[in-house]
Amino acid sequence: MTSVAPVAAAPGGSTSKDSIPKGGAAGRPSVAAWLVAVPFLAFVGTFLVYPTVLVLLGAFQDSNGAFTLDNLTTLFKGVYFDSFVRSIELSALTALIGAIFGALLTWAISVGNPDGMLRRVVVAGSGVLAQFGGVPLAFAFLATVGFEGLVTKFLRDNVGIDLFAGSAWLFELPGLTLVYTFFQIPLMVIVFLPALDGLRPQWREANASLGGTSWTYWRHVGGPILTPPFLGALLLLFANAFSAYATAAALVSQGSPIVPLQIRGFLTGEVVLGQENLGKALGLGMVIVVSIAMGVNVLLQRRVAKWVR
Amino acid sequence: MGSLVKQRVLRTVILLILGVYFILPLIAMAEFSTRGKNNTRSLESWTAIVDDDGLMEALTNSLLLSVTSAVLMLVLLVPTMAWIRLRLPQLQRLVEFLCLLPLAIPAIVLVVGMAPLYAWVNYFLGDSPLTLTFAYTILVLPFAYRAVDAGLAAIDLKTLAEAARSLGASWFTVLWKVVVPNIRVALIGASLLSVALVLGEFTIASLLNFDTLQVQVNLLGKRNAGVSIAVSLLSLLFAFVLLFALSYVGQRRRQTVAEEEIPLGSN
Repeated sequence: MTSVAPVAAAPGGSTSKDSIPKGGAAGRPSVAAWLVAVPFLAFVGTFLVYPTVLVLLGAFQDSNGAFTLDNLTTLFKGVYFDSFVRSIELSALTALIGAIFGALLTWAISVGNPDGMLRRVVVAGSGVLAQFGGVPLAFAFLATVGFEGLVTKFLRDNVGIDLFAGSAWLFELPGLTLVYTFFQIPLMVIVFLPALDGLRPQWREANASLGGTSWTYWRHVGGPILTPPFLGALLLLFANAFSAYATAAALVSQGSPIVPLQIRGFLTGEVVLGQENLGKALGLGMVIVVSIAMGVNVLLQRRVAKWVR
Repeated sequence: MGSLVKQRVLRTVILLILGVYFILPLIAMAEFSTRGKNNTRSLESWTAIVDDDGLMEALTNSLLLSVTSAVLMLVLLVPTMAWIRLRLPQLQRLVEFLCLLPLAIPAIVLVVGMAPLYAWVNYFLGDSPLTLTFAYTILVLPFAYRAVDAGLAAIDLKTLAEAARSLGASWFTVLWKVVVPNIRVALIGASLLSVALVLGEFTIASLLNFDTLQVQVNLLGKRNAGVSIAVSLLSLLFAFVLLFALSYVGQRRRQTVAEEEIPLGSN
């Protein structure tokens, strides 16, 4: 999960690795030196590593703790398999929408004044929606296009369109897709802005002085440079939507169309006897999908880092 | 300059359309939360926020948690990371890996493993919502790590520490009087991010059955949507003010702020 945009060098250019002395100077650390790291390692070991291991191992255990692959094979059947398919569809679709509109919005603020108010407001607002949206986002959505929402009422009273004529789409997959764009587009802005800031004005000038047009600039310069960060951001958005829980949980109280809501079912007690560890298997499945997206992203950025310097 | 005009038009169109797209829900929230009976306007939903004891208690819990989590994060992270740069470079990779690990493990998965752990925590420490501090400190690690790491990379830690040591300072003095003041901007950034994250957290609190702001807002929404929408609007605006303030903290680091803030929040 390194920066998605290696083209934007950090000011001062010092990354964490340059400034760390390679052992030597301080000599071999004594036992006392290692002790300083103990509180941190003990804490992270207890509250991060232990729960993670519990989930990953539990996925391979039956209710008596014996090894089994039943939990994992169940993932490929019926409702569980369907929920993975729907989760992946939802994440891919909203990642694509978020990436495209987010990239356009990023471009629109990147050509403006870098210290301007517009940019500050958009970046801060994006930060809020991308990371801290959660439950408030679900309520924002209800206030807007819920049964009694502002837009719903306006359309019903003044235009004669009933948003809910077809079905309660708001509380199903189409509704989730719509509300997810409210954190996917902002996340794209945050992730993609450093890449656009990395485009140097000189490149555009060079293109123009050699007789190039806007089209040739984007086709031969901007496009190729921005493609890897764009793809990286796309993967990150996918992982983000796939992991998201709060908004969906606040919106959908019945049924479990997507994996995180399936896991909620296991935690809140609708557990069938003998399937106690199925929730952990679902968790393992999620970790695998997210890790693949993140892993491909890291490989992608590593390749880019090689030839950008 | 035809292309400049075209660029300006395109830019305006994008900003207008997406501006409306994102501002409309805010307007709708303000409108919805001020609805009275029979098409009148009323501030009932807003005054109800203060009158609702459950909500105020939950808000208090969340505010306390945001402080305790930020403090625990700083206490665990700053000495360890500074020490690693000074004396234990061998641990650098492991600590970085551990700090960024929560990004690969969705909160909804983490909570599955935390549920049995919290049975023990609540057995030993009681079932106060403040025990969520442990879980939240884990959640803020990736963001805090990036901010603190950038802060430490920007100073010549080794020279500063050696200078202080040669003048007779203890390691604690080095940390408290040299390291902390020099990276305070990064520490403020890390703290603001963790405050915002804790105030917005829902997944872990709701599934471990603790009463925090977002849990209460969600619960309240089932019977009184107006109040929930008012609180939601407030918490979005509050988070906005925090992050907007953050954009002025450490102007010179502006470019790296986006990097530190990266992804996978509490949605």
